[in-house]
Amino acid sequence: MADTLLSIRGLTKAYPGVVANDDVSFDIMKSEIHALLGENGAGKSTLVKMIFGLVKPDKGEMVLDGVAYAPGKPSDARLSGVAMVFQHFSLFDALDVAENVALGMETPPPMRDLARQIREVSENYGLPLDPFRVVGTLSAGERQRVEIIRCLLQNPRLLIMDEPTSVLTPQEVEILFQTLNQLKSEGTSILYISHKLEEIRTLCDEATILRLGKNVGTCTPREVTARQMAEMMVGASFATPEPKAGEKGEVLLKCDHLSMPAPGAFGTPLREISLEVRAGEVLGIGGVAGNGQDELLMALSGERLAPKGTIWFKGRDVSRDGPIRRRDAGLLSGPEERLGHAAAPNMSLTENAVLTAARRKRLVNNGFIDWGKAKGFAEEVIARFDVRTPGPGVAARALSGGNLQKYVVGREILQAPDVFVVNQPTWGVDAAAAAAIRQALLDLAAKGAAIVCISQDLDELMEISDRFGALNEGRLSPTRPVAELDIEKIGLMMGGAHDMEVAHADG
Amino acid sequence: MIRLEKRPNPSRLWTGLTPILAVLLTMVVGGFMFALLGKPPLEAIRTIFWDPLFHPQFAGYSRPQLLVKAGPLILIAIGLSVGFRAGIWNIGAEGQYIMGAVCGAAVGLAFYPAETVLLFPLMVIAGALGGWAWAMIPAFLKTRFGTNEILVSLMLVYVAENILASASAGWLRNPEGMGFPGSRNFKQWASVYNDELVINTGMHWGVVAAFIAVIAAYVLMARHIQGFNIRLTGEAPRAAKFSGVSPARIIFLCLGISGALAGMAGLFEVTGPAGQISIDFGSGYGFTAIIVAFLGRLNPFGILLAGLLMALTYIGGELAQLMLGLPGASIQLFQGMLLFFLLATDVFTNYRIRLTGREVA
Amino acid sequence: MDPVLLVASIMVSATPILLAAIGEMVVEKSGVLNLGVEGMMIVGAVMGFAIAVTTGSPVLGFLGAAVASAVLSLSFGLLTQYLLSNQVATGLGLTLVGLGLSALIGSNYEGQRAPSLAKLDIPGLGGIPVLGPMLFAHDFVVYLSLALVAAVWAFLKYTRAGLILRAVGEDHESAHALGYKVVRVRMLAIAFGGACAGLGGAYVSLVRVPQWTEGMTAGAGWIALAIVVFASWRPLGVLIGAYLFGGVSVIQLNLQAAGTTVPVELLSMSPYLITIIVLVIISARGAHGAPGSLGRPFHAAS
Repeated sequence: MADTLLSIRGLTKAYPGVVANDDVSFDIMKSEIHALLGENGAGKSTLVKMIFGLVKPDKGEMVLDGVAYAPGKPSDARLSGVAMVFQHFSLFDALDVAENVALGMETPPPMRDLARQIREVSENYGLPLDPFRVVGTLSAGERQRVEIIRCLLQNPRLLIMDEPTSVLTPQEVEILFQTLNQLKSEGTSILYISHKLEEIRTLCDEATILRLGKNVGTCTPREVTARQMAEMMVGASFATPEPKAGEKGEVLLKCDHLSMPAPGAFGTPLREISLEVRAGEVLGIGGVAGNGQDELLMALSGERLAPKGTIWFKGRDVSRDGPIRRRDAGLLSGPEERLGHAAAPNMSLTENAVLTAARRKRLVNNGFIDWGKAKGFAEEVIARFDVRTPGPGVAARALSGGNLQKYVVGREILQAPDVFVVNQPTWGVDAAAAAAIRQALLDLAAKGAAIVCISQDLDELMEISDRFGALNEGRLSPTRPVAELDIEKIGLMMGGAHDMEVAHADG
Repeated sequence: MIRLEKRPNPSRLWTGLTPILAVLLTMVVGGFMFALLGKPPLEAIRTIFWDPLFHPQFAGYSRPQLLVKAGPLILIAIGLSVGFRAGIWNIGAEGQYIMGAVCGAAVGLAFYPAETVLLFPLMVIAGALGGWAWAMIPAFLKTRFGTNEILVSLMLVYVAENILASASAGWLRNPEGMGFPGSRNFKQWASVYNDELVINTGMHWGVVAAFIAVIAAYVLMARHIQGFNIRLTGEAPRAAKFSGVSPARIIFLCLGISGALAGMAGLFEVTGPAGQISIDFGSGYGFTAIIVAFLGRLNPFGILLAGLLMALTYIGGELAQLMLGLPGASIQLFQGMLLFFLLATDVFTNYRIRLTGREVA
Repeated sequence: MDPVLLVASIMVSATPILLAAIGEMVVEKSGVLNLGVEGMMIVGAVMGFAIAVTTGSPVLGFLGAAVASAVLSLSFGLLTQYLLSNQVATGLGLTLVGLGLSALIGSNYEGQRAPSLAKLDIPGLGGIPVLGPMLFAHDFVVYLSLALVAAVWAFLKYTRAGLILRAVGEDHESAHALGYKVVRVRMLAIAFGGACAGLGGAYVSLVRVPQWTEGMTAGAGWIALAIVVFASWRPLGVLIGAYLFGGVSVIQLNLQAAGTTVPVELLSMSPYLITIIVLVIISARGAHGAPGSLGRPFHAAS
């Protein structure tokens, strides 16, 4: 076993009510790119946290290059030569690249030397980066480079990457893969966490698949099909989305070349977005995070007013109407961020009912709030959407993520919208609650409402959408019926290459 | 190790308990302070908190003073609390109070020596408008340019004090005052004198207005959608925008309410207890009202009680100055400490204190 | 008007605000908004005065003022950093406490005169015509304040501790995730800000006036806060802001003394009006480099 870098033996970690990792064992070889594959909640992040010293295992042991390895904190892991690039970076927007790198090191060299080292590493690995650029002005891909370079400066033996491509454009993914292959050829091992099957097939040498906290198998990705891996991951044969039957009604919501400037220094502008949704139809909008999802929702909800003539609801121009008038008309929305945007954390569920339902549910008479009626509506949402809470008097922040999500989605659905725009309806929600929310959206559509569902979960979009479009840098691809799509076409749409895709289809 | 753990819901018990705890702590620490000054601590505390109401000799004079002092404090604090709830920090109420008095007095004096029942209400309106207009300056600058309202409203206090000085020495000076600074005395002008409504109670129109403001603020904040929007803006600004609340409207509304109430308080004071525009008219009520607003937990009825308590410390402080030779400034410190202890004990409202032996991963 | 005297008096007039503002800038750079500058200054003024009068040594006065205000500022730190109280409210409370405390301590010192602080006689430089008496004939605190600005600039730009302080102020969650002690860094910054405000206050009561009167800082602490905004959180900007403001105060005082036709009240309110106008211009210019975590409470969840 001289070629084994890290050997993981029977790692087990339990949290109250859930076993995150159950007796997981596998080996990572030297100079290997090893994939760790699994659905959300399969236990990937807990496992990685144990390797990086953020979480202590309940049972099991690790051996790093022949030596027992039990890091108590991340700096122990770093000293042993284990480095990690997180999915969410701890970077400081107002500081420059070199300063950010210095902050992440135990004993950084003087700034001038550090800047030189950053230049060297970035040139060696084809990751161009100016050490004196302010991080806030960098793209998501460039920000990731800062993290990678920070790790590389410590000459790691094992580099852990957590879902690195979720923030990258296809071109950036290609650059990243080149870098990782170069590292591999130099002897570094990489533990690559992902749920994207195709990229694992291109990049990785070995794959360990986790399901419900257990290691359910190892495979060599190049030798199996994506479908086989998916079936191991899900534990059942993979259901391809069924084309949705049924006639759709009239167009309820239409965007006509909607363009808006970015809301802040780090936002995304919307560029020429055109879409139509009909009664009874679900339009799914996919795309990598930070490509205008939030901005599109704010434009449709009325939080940011769009230019005249760009948003039409039931044939009426509502571009200049604020949220209240759009709600009155029947255009409702649900933002991604539950706490602080969709709901006020410190206010009770009853008060949070008034937040959006004040007028449609007639909770207000002549400006005065009917608290009894508001409480009644909150209770109705709680009952109909199975929100687990002691009662409507509880503050929103006291609810778990899934329960609060059910509450804020339920609050809008029970107002019987004609059009419902929702961003990330099941983000961070457990499987049962997610299924319930998706079903509620489908039921709403079946009653004749039009739904725009923005999500980064492609499986979800494939399951509930009739048509699909993707956002890329604030542009929306032409929308197409889901029945016509396959993974490859979707990938191209998300990469912003929809013109190519049309040419391809024609030829 | 001591750890703080955020409560899922703010504790109702502690919300009510912290002001009482803060008062007790202030008494204890204040007692030590008095002892350091060489004054008998228990007697000093009794003189401040008990004697104004129950001393056989002085209570007759002090009791009415309670409402006289509490009236403006409550009126201003009610206005401030509305803004504080929305996260809008108007700390220039003192300036709005002064401008209300100056504007109201100026309007009244323009009609001197007319005797008509219409004049006093007209002056009240002018006073409210004066304070309102003064508060509109930070409101406008904040909505238009994003200028910090804390600094602007505070700077405007110093500007208002200079306007007061110039009014008192110049354009509002009593022409029959033999060159002394200060305006005509409103106490000698029947139509506009804001006299006690009931003899020996201290109850004047300003106190009535304060009581009305308490009830109105309660209804606004607890029942009305605008009050809800104000609270929502303070709790979660993004959620407020999502709900459809315009931040600019809330800024104008909150600064407008607090400015108008402070201005009104100034007018009632100048036509009543103060009697005239003079250079030392600004008495610090605008700043003390900040303490009152917090001590009252930004709750209208809490503010009512806090205003009365704070008025008591004013009167008790004067009494202690008279009887024990306690320096006047010690009361100011006493009031400041009260706010400090309140903020310190407030941690119990939102957090649970946990003693933990082991580290939690 | 004698330009030598004018520049010299501008330097004297700017020094207290410069000291308070550079301290507050460091506090804000660490992500804490301490609105109690006025309270800390006035306590510094009275403590400095009392100690200087009692001991006869102005230097001890300055030292005592710095210590006293730093201790006072730590009460603000305790409340906001450990007991997680609202920074705006606590800062206001600090000002109110400071005003009361100073009035109480100072009541025995009204009407006394402070021992005068020797002017530094810098060999060679002081003898230069015009420039000598203008720039090189001040007391040590004037130069200390200028040196402090340079030191803060170098500290923030070149040292690792300065980098950590900025990181904590930009994003306390990330700084915490990287293992930095957010609360400890902030407590140190708060104490430094308190000491600076104390020095500034003592300069008012020991050099500028020099005697003790109640409320004598007259909003200088608030103006220091405004100058930090004006400076866009940069040391050089703080220097420029404080000297501009010092210039305005000196000129308006000179105009008052000269008895122009402009009303006295308009002249005395001019520094405050100009502060407002400057704030408006700065904020209208938009994004201006406020630290990302400024004023936000930090509570490490685990």
